[in-house]
Amino acid sequence: MKARQKRALFLLGGLAVLGIAIALVLTAMQGNLSYFFSPSEIAAGKAPLDRSFRVGGLVETGSLKRSGSDLTVTFVVTDEKHRVPVEYTGILPDLFKEGQGMIATGRMGAGGIFQAEEVLAKHDEEYMPPEVAAALEKGHQEGSAKMRDATSKPL
Amino acid sequence: MSSRLINWFKFSSPATFYPLAGRLLPWFAVTAVVLIGIGLYMSFFVAPTDYKQGEGYRIIFIHVPAAWMSMFIYLVMAFWSALGLIFNTRLSAMMAQALAPTGALFTFIALWTGAFWGKPMWGTWWVWDARLTSELILLFLYMGYIALTSAIEDTRRADRAGALLVLVGVVNIPIIYYSVEWWNTLHQGSTINFRKESSMTTTMLYTMLIMALGCWAYTIAAALSRVRSIMLERERNSTWAQQLVAEGKA
Repeated sequence: MKARQKRALFLLGGLAVLGIAIALVLTAMQGNLSYFFSPSEIAAGKAPLDRSFRVGGLVETGSLKRSGSDLTVTFVVTDEKHRVPVEYTGILPDLFKEGQGMIATGRMGAGGIFQAEEVLAKHDEEYMPPEVAAALEKGHQEGSAKMRDATSKPL
Repeated sequence: MSSRLINWFKFSSPATFYPLAGRLLPWFAVTAVVLIGIGLYMSFFVAPTDYKQGEGYRIIFIHVPAAWMSMFIYLVMAFWSALGLIFNTRLSAMMAQALAPTGALFTFIALWTGAFWGKPMWGTWWVWDARLTSELILLFLYMGYIALTSAIEDTRRADRAGALLVLVGVVNIPIIYYSVEWWNTLHQGSTINFRKESSMTTTMLYTMLIMALGCWAYTIAAALSRVRSIMLERERNSTWAQQLVAEGKA
């Protein structure tokens, strides 16, 4: 075996060992590396209820309620399997909307209401002009209307 | 090796590569200026407004190409470092060193523009999620490489130490790339993906690709220019370098 082939093998071997080591470390730290817990994970008891943590998911459509007197808002965050009600006092980011993703930091309060200290909007990876979004939304509504018509009759 | 059509090792000699780099340099420089010019014009005036983010989204036209380049340049540096360690070629380490400042620059741009985008869109400049943190580690790797190679006087030892650092750090690249899939992160998933159709309007996509190509051309031009300086500096005592200087062609 030539010297350079030895060096190449040594390098490849070293990188493979390093890669496996890192993979093992990351797998072991899986829980700590996630930035937030989903409502399902909270329902499964994975979130630390005695200290501050983050919850992330979609703001349920129709759940956002603003207090008349101050900046307090309440809404429900969902991952379409489980729901977590959230209460927050403060200014919401521009992209915060019903049906959109968000991440809140805070503690689980009394009655299972999450008391948020900070709310961030989580953006998705869709980029399109407003006309296209409107067309898609229209198509979606027509589609679901058709679905409703189709399913309501035989039932 | 001599049976190959092109003898690649010929180009690993600085005496051969120096004039070649000089001839290629203006082409890449002009391409970079033209593409980035077109790309910036399209970013500001041609690409449509986003349905949700309004005008603020336009920052991705520099953010995403910069982030791609920051990862890709590191992979290229790792390639040169491995080549240098295995074949003991002089030029490899010089190429890696020539690329490092550009890589660090793009990493910094990606982080900085990301913060500017994050403040209005997410509501925060910075969070310690997996994507942002691993990209910050990449910046430290670049800076560590530059510091390490310039701290060691003996160039052969500096090259070897730098190459090892780059190769150890290369595990960070898949972590950055897949962080948004492996863990819950505040950072969104990738818009442009090899495994699915991209979730972006065509005009926006083309604008981003033109900007990315422009950044490629810029990177190549900057690296070629830098590697020429490194070659001259390191080989200042060799015949070819002194001849060039004497002829006023350096």
